[in-house]
This record gives sequence, structure tokens and C-alpha cells, in this order.
Amino acid sequence: MQKKISKLPFKGTPEQAAALQKVIDANKHDSSRLMGVMHEAQNIYGYLPIEVQQVIADGMGVPLEKVYGVATFYAQFSLSPKGEYNISVCLGTACYVKGSGDLMDKLKELLGIDAEECTADGRFSLTACRCIGACGLAPVLTVNDDVYGRLTTDDIPGILAKYGK
Amino acid sequence: MDMVNVKVNGIAVSVPKGSTILEAARAAGVEIPTLCFLKDINEIGACRICVVEATGARGLVTACVYPVAEGMEIQTNTARVQKARKTTLELILSTHEKKCLSCVRSGDCELQKMCKDYGVEDAGMFDGFRPTYELDTSVPHLVRDNNKCILCRRCVAACRQQFVSVIGANDRGIDTHIACAFEKPLSEVPCVSCGQCVVACPTGALTDNDSTADVWAALADPTKHVIVTTAPSIRATLGECFGMPVGTNVEGKMVAALRRLGFEKVFDTNFGADLTILEEAHEFVERVQNKGVLPMITSCSPGWVKFAEYYYPDQLDHLSTCKSPQQMTGAVLKTYYAKKMGIDPKDIVNVSVMPCTAKKFEINRDDQNAAGVPDVDIVITTRELGRMIDRAGILFTSLPDEEFDAPLGDDTGAAVIFGTTGGVMEAALRTANDWLTGKDNKDVEFHEVRGMDGLKEATYNIAGMEIRVAVASGIASANYIMDTIKSGNAPWHFVEIMCCPGGCINGGGQPIQPAAVRNFTDLKALRAKALYDQDAAMTLRKSHDSPVVKKLYEEFFDDGIGGHKAHHCLHTTYVARKKFQ
Repeated sequence: MQKKISKLPFKGTPEQAAALQKVIDANKHDSSRLMGVMHEAQNIYGYLPIEVQQVIADGMGVPLEKVYGVATFYAQFSLSPKGEYNISVCLGTACYVKGSGDLMDKLKELLGIDAEECTADGRFSLTACRCIGACGLAPVLTVNDDVYGRLTTDDIPGILAKYGK
Repeated sequence: MDMVNVKVNGIAVSVPKGSTILEAARAAGVEIPTLCFLKDINEIGACRICVVEATGARGLVTACVYPVAEGMEIQTNTARVQKARKTTLELILSTHEKKCLSCVRSGDCELQKMCKDYGVEDAGMFDGFRPTYELDTSVPHLVRDNNKCILCRRCVAACRQQFVSVIGANDRGIDTHIACAFEKPLSEVPCVSCGQCVVACPTGALTDNDSTADVWAALADPTKHVIVTTAPSIRATLGECFGMPVGTNVEGKMVAALRRLGFEKVFDTNFGADLTILEEAHEFVERVQNKGVLPMITSCSPGWVKFAEYYYPDQLDHLSTCKSPQQMTGAVLKTYYAKKMGIDPKDIVNVSVMPCTAKKFEINRDDQNAAGVPDVDIVITTRELGRMIDRAGILFTSLPDEEFDAPLGDDTGAAVIFGTTGGVMEAALRTANDWLTGKDNKDVEFHEVRGMDGLKEATYNIAGMEIRVAVASGIASANYIMDTIKSGNAPWHFVEIMCCPGGCINGGGQPIQPAAVRNFTDLKALRAKALYDQDAAMTLRKSHDSPVVKKLYEEFFDDGIGGHKAHHCLHTTYVARKKFQ
């Protein structure tokens, strides 16, 4: 599946821009450090929108298309912002046979977004992940660092309500 | 030179150390098929069509990049090799849209030829999920159809060689596809429209944004006066569309073919080239005398102009304000010629045949409508003209030689060489030399600016004045020139820049030669030679000697070279462009 490009407006702060510039300044003498810089940038912004990739491209002296090519090749890079609460549904084998696909569908329905997207208010984002090593609790999802296991679709509204939905 | 002795299919050859198996095989008279390999541009050994057996190597090796070693024995054609190649082709075909019947590349598609050679059945051996893509038709100069893309990355490498790199591989695995950053259409990224990706493509994934239907429609419309002009380099390349040897000058047959297609008049863009020299030389002298912005840079190449507008928007005052020869010719046809013939410019359809895909972009630029209508209505590439001649059933190779029409027929050798890198500079030097010395100099050849190097520099002493010039072709060289200018260390007075490596003879609109030819032939040098030979055989070799141009200034631009009337018609402006929309 091609990576989804978020249409949400970029909300970078001057502090984030300064932090990214610091990373670029420390690495711009060697364009082979591109991936590391992208990694740091994602730590700063949570994702890599065009505004950030353009700064990286100009700073590292590489074409924007090269940055984008790397960003879409590696699963670790995201083109969509993370919400205040990032919901991660395990689609690993054990969780999947226990119905985590249905959990994902329910979340999509209630949040009105697709996987790898973020709600317009910036509160929730939804991602699919592979095994998180809690197969005994399958099916599992996490909301930021909170783990929820042995779920059915009926549990989903209650979990969302905890986070103000 | 250190030589290495190897055997290819039992044939002993001695090749320079460091040669690849592909080169050694060629020396032994053996052709190894390649798909991703383009010499000096894309040497990545990725497609694995060129695999061979070689002693001392583990498994099959890619001939395109594998260096030979002393005593190596190479087998290019064993059952094992053939099976590997066939399987690779079957895998490529499994995601290829097989619309070969109507594909514009049918007949000269490298994949098609290989599938035929290896007896690959059309029926899908590995049919399964096939990603589908929408066509990118956002730009006037090309169409990208990723459904026919085989991911060889020749276009990506060509774009990188041009220093632009607006295309690359996005996503991974089965989703891998060649596109722009953030999946933007080509119209929203800083593509310079050079078309080098099109001539690099082995299949129908990158093709002309075809305008031949518009030309056929115009020719069929009795209310229109349809005329055609051909760029200097077309005569040196059109023959390749009909299997003639690279570097054959087909000017006479080309004119004959255009007449048979039904154009009322067949003119030569060389007229505009001569005119460009006079206006540009005048502008240059004015800049020198009035301490204007130097170095002055030529503006004939719309790909180069677009590059400057995207990447050096603060340096645009270095560009000559002269329109390109195509646009000057068009402007004169729609004003002077229309008036002379008593035709309303609105009823003229001016078609130009160009070696260049960026010319399709240029006609829609601002300020290219001297008569209130577009200077040029339709641009077709050399390839598109070749296809029109084919469709019309004109047997090109047996045509008689015919002459261009008056009044824009008599041109000069200076204009002919516009088609190759260094040509505009040499033409300008011929005129400057005569003007500054006040003499009719017999020695008109300036060899220092000839040749296929991306960057050439020379210093001439003309009438006590030292003139330092540079000639750049290919955007990588252009980029060097602009960086030097920006740093304030540019020693030059006058610079010629052409977007495509080698100039227009290697333009993105020229006939596509397969990698099998490109990798072993210097297309640029052979095509350029055709132009230099024609120039050397001509009596008139300086633009200011052109009787047609002289007459134009007497009759029409009667306030002289660089005067107000000429300025309105023949000069233009530039805009700073935003790289990403």
C-alpha cells in the first residue's frame, strides 16, 4: 500500500524549527546522514510533512524527491501527524485471528478516519502495528502507553470515552 | 594501456583493463541484451537481463557492470542464461500493461524486442496483483504512464544527470513507482521540461504529449494557412526515424516530406537563428558599452531558461532578453510575413518541428504573441514528425531533395550550427569578429567552443578587446556556471547555455535510439558532425550576411537592430518560479 499523505495543515512551532535546524547543522556536511536527520526530524515533529522534508532537502543539499523516496521506503517514517492520543491496533497473527481487524474497523468508523490518519482536531490518530509481544492478551491495542487486551468491538466506545471522545 | 585477455563464447579478445563483460563481448562481436543500463548515466546492474556465465564468478553475473579479469571465459548464451533472462522478462511482463497494439513505442520498444527475441509468451506466466496508475498528463511536454513502467530507473538517472532530480522511486515492493515528491504532478515540481527522461525510457512509459492530431486537424481545415518551420538540428536526426545512419543530413528530403504532408509553406527556423544572433550581439555590445549586467547568457534553450527561473530566480538579468529562434521565427511569420502575404495572422497556423520537448512549454509562455496571437501554434518533436510521415505513407528514403520556401529560405552556416553545443557561441563570435574589426574576416571557425564537453571556455582577442566566453551544455554544467556567477567570480563576458547535454542534437524530442545503440555510439558527435559539415560547405556562414535578415530590417524593423520595433517583436521577459506548488 502506498503511504498516505496527510492533508491536515502543518502546525510547526519556532522551537521545533530551531531544533531541526540544529540537527541539520550538525549533519549537513555529509549527505549520507540523511536518514538519521529524517529520524530526528520525526522525533521533533511526530511525522514528516512536506514543510519538514523541504527544510531537510535544502539543508542537506539533496533533492526533495530523494527525501520523499526514503520516507516512503521505510515503514518507520510517517507522512501523517500523530494525534494527542495515538491508537495503535495490533494486526499481528495472534491478534488478527482473535478479531483485531474488527477493532480496527470499529475505530475507523467511530473516529471517521482511516488507518495512518489523524483526526482534524489533532486528538486521535490511528495506526496498525505488528506484534507487540502481548499475544496472551490478544486482541490488543495501545493508546499512547496504555495497553488494552482481550477486547471486543463493544469495548471500543468506552476506551475512546476515557480519552475524551 | 594494460590489456586483459578473455574469451567470449570461445572467441578470444584483448580489451583494456577495467572493461566490463558487456564491452568485451561487443569487441568479440557479441551483443548482450540490456534494459536498465545506459552508459555513463545508469550503471546499476539492477534488471539482470544482461546476466552471463563467467569463470571465477559465483552464479550468473551482470555483464553491464562486471569487470573482466585475465583469462576469464564468458558464455553469453547458454541454456541457463537464456532461462534466467526469460524468467526475468516474464516477471517484468506480469506488471506491464500490454497495450502493445496501440502503444506509440510499438516497434522500437526495447522490452517488446527482448520478449520477441526470447519467445516470451504474452499470456501471463505470473499474473496476479497488478498495481494501476493514473496517467500524468499535467505538463505540455510529456505523458507519464506508469502502467508501462518497468522500474529500470533510466529516467531517474537521466533526471539526476540533468541536476534536477524531480523524479525518483517512491514507496516499496509491489508499490514501487516512479513519481515526484508527495505524488505531485510534474506541473507542480521544478521539472525543466528537457525530455531527457523520454529519450532514456525503453518502453512506452514516457512519451511525447502528442500534438500530431492538432496538426492533422489544421491541415484538413481549408480556412487555415498552415505553415511549418524546422529547427536546425532536425535535418541531422530525422533520418534516424526511417532507419538511416546516425548523422545523415536529410534537409532536402525533410522539406519534400513536409510539402507532401500538405503544409503551404516550409520554412527554416535557421532564419530565426540568424535573427537571434543579430539581436543578441547587439544586446551584448550594448551591455558592454553601458556597463550592463555581465556575463550575458543566451536564452535560446527553453529548458535552460526554465531552470534559471526555478533555481536562480535572482540572477535572471544575466539572460539575454532575446526570444528563442523558434519564437523569433514565429513572431516574424505572424507579423511581417502575414502582412506581406495579406493574410490575417489569426488564420495562420504555425507549426514548428523541434528537437525539444521544452519548446511545447515555451509557446505558452507570457509575452510570446507579437501579433496578438501566439507566435507558434503547435510544436511537434522530430519523433512526432517521423510518425506523421509514416502515417501519410510517404517513402522518406526515396524522396527527392527540395528547397525551403522563400522568403525565409536563405540561411547561413552560422544558423545551421545552432543545433549543437557551441554553435550559438560560434555564430555570435563570427558576427562580433566582423563588427568589432570592421572587416569581412575569412577565418570563421572557432574550434575552441566545439566538441561534446559539458563545459568549454575560451578567450578571444578581437580588435584589441579581450572577450572571455564559456559554453555549457547539460544542466549540471549550467548549474556550475550559475554558482560561479552567484559567487561573484565569473570571469566570462558571454556564456552559451543549452539545457541538453550536447545541445539540441541530443534534445529530448529527438529520435529514440535503443540502449544497444546508445551505449556504443557517440550520437551527439555524429549528429553534430552533420551540421558542421553543412556549415563548412556553405557560402554564407555569418548571420549578418543573411540577405533575408537584411531585407527584414530594411522593410519591417526599419529602426534597426535592437530598435523599438524589433524589441517589441523579438524580445521577452522572465519570471521567478516557485519550485513546489
